Amino acid sequence: MAYSDKVLDHYNKPRNVGSLDKASANVGTGIVGAPECGDVMKLQIEIEGDRIVDAKFKTFGCGSAIASSSLATEWVKGKTLDEALSINNTEIVEELSLPPVKIHCSVLAEDAIKAAIADVKNKRDSEKG
Amino acid sequence: MKLPIYLDYQATTPVDPRVLEAMLPYFGAEFGNAASRSHAYGWSAEEAVSNAREKIAKTIGASAKEIVFTSGSTEAINLAMKGVADMYGAKGKHIITSQAEHKAVLDTAKHLEKQGFDVTYLDPDQTGRVSVEAVEAAMREDTILVSLMWANNEVGTLNPIREIGKLCHDRGVLFFTDATQAVGKIPVDVEADNIDLLCISAHKLYGPKGVGCLFVRRRKPRVRLVSQMDGGGHERGMRSGTLNVPGIVGLAEACRLSRESLDSETKHARALRERLEKSICDRLDHVHFNGNREHHLEGCLNLSFPYVEGESLLMGINDIAVSSGSACTSASLEPSHVLRSMKVGDEIAHSSIRFGIGRFTTEEEIDFCADKVVEVVKRLRELSPLYEMVLEGIDLSTVNWTGEH
Ligand SMILES: Cc1ncc(COP(=O)(O)O)c(C=O)c1O
Repeated sequence: MAYSDKVLDHYNKPRNVGSLDKASANVGTGIVGAPECGDVMKLQIEIEGDRIVDAKFKTFGCGSAIASSSLATEWVKGKTLDEALSINNTEIVEELSLPPVKIHCSVLAEDAIKAAIADVKNKRDSEKG
Repeated sequence: MKLPIYLDYQATTPVDPRVLEAMLPYFGAEFGNAASRSHAYGWSAEEAVSNAREKIAKTIGASAKEIVFTSGSTEAINLAMKGVADMYGAKGKHIITSQAEHKAVLDTAKHLEKQGFDVTYLDPDQTGRVSVEAVEAAMREDTILVSLMWANNEVGTLNPIREIGKLCHDRGVLFFTDATQAVGKIPVDVEADNIDLLCISAHKLYGPKGVGCLFVRRRKPRVRLVSQMDGGGHERGMRSGTLNVPGIVGLAEACRLSRESLDSETKHARALRERLEKSICDRLDHVHFNGNREHHLEGCLNLSFPYVEGESLLMGINDIAVSSGSACTSASLEPSHVLRSMKVGDEIAHSSIRFGIGRFTTEEEIDFCADKVVEVVKRLRELSPLYEMVLEGIDLSTVNWTGEH
């Protein structure tokens, strides 16, 4: 399979690899996918107020899955939660020139962003109690 | 050292220069049709084919008249299984094979099922091996054929062919073995090994692509086949079509060379395989060997690197030409049916790599490969949420995953 230059670039130099403290009230964690499907993404965001100030990821999956999640962390950084929620998987497909068989990777990345945001909102709401 | 390094000898092998040399005259001056009986061009082609038949037969302990030339193993498998089914279908409708077979066998079996045959697909054990006991237990009054491969193309496991052959002969059931990966790699003797039908493909033993043969036993028992290709009645009516003379000459030379160097090549492959495995396993934790430690092709090493996905691993080691158990033939992410039949688990199935070592592999290439694999697996594990969880002591099977299946 031929990979686009952007996928190769993210695969070779993934951005924002790592983990944030998942116990922290300002950190939201989204874990999506399943090992038997061949993809698992963990995407974490750290917020200050309503703004995402840091993002990290780890991904088990093909090169396109790694690139999709790496790109997602780049895109969410600096955005408000609402702005990040509006990121659509088709934008990832376009940016990385993903072929049809890899579209599910972009869907997973979008799901990971949403799951991380839901997690941090959840924490915030339960704190307010 | 030429990059990418070729370590995919189970997929195909380069043509040995000596094989090419032997073939060349038959593309040139000796271009005759082996079926032309009326002139010297034909006689010379016929003589080349007949010498080739002798050499090939000798390699597997058969006689020349028992060799039927085909376009390769896929065709030989189709001819063997469909030919037997059509000939003996009135006697019985039951066929035994296994889930770990090559697609050519599995799809032919499925075709026969549609025609009213009843096929038992045995599960191999976790090492990919089918036991004689399992075959015996599956046998019925109406079993007419057992079709089991000698050496598995993905994991290199060898089936107990001689014992299964004996069982079949004792029961009066025909025994076909797909020996595509075995001939030229291990000693094969159709008499001692109790084989009725066996296929060979030239491109797996340093011969050209698109040529192979089927051994069809002529005595004790005499196996009869219904031909699957209508035409001029070549190959004693079993396979019509003008013979591929250069290809057949190449197959014969490839067989001769492999018989001549069987011992030294076995040692060469074993030494390199052990070197590769040790070099990788000394430096990486959680490496899983797929296959059978005792009954194994020397030139095949199938390893899984759990918590790393196969396709991303292949992408990282693109200086090395290998196959992955997960990427398989299409763009689908289906794990290989062989690993699935061995019930090795998803993490292992999705992260498997087959390293195929052969005649022209060098130590330098093995060392380069080991270094590269270690480097890339380490890097991808740094990136893997699964590896992180495992290091934290989480049992992945207890996690509630969100993915749909
Ligand atoms: C075990 C086995 N059987 C059959 C085949 C098919 O052989 P051929 O390429 O000659 O059709 C192969 C090779 O792909 C194989 O490895």
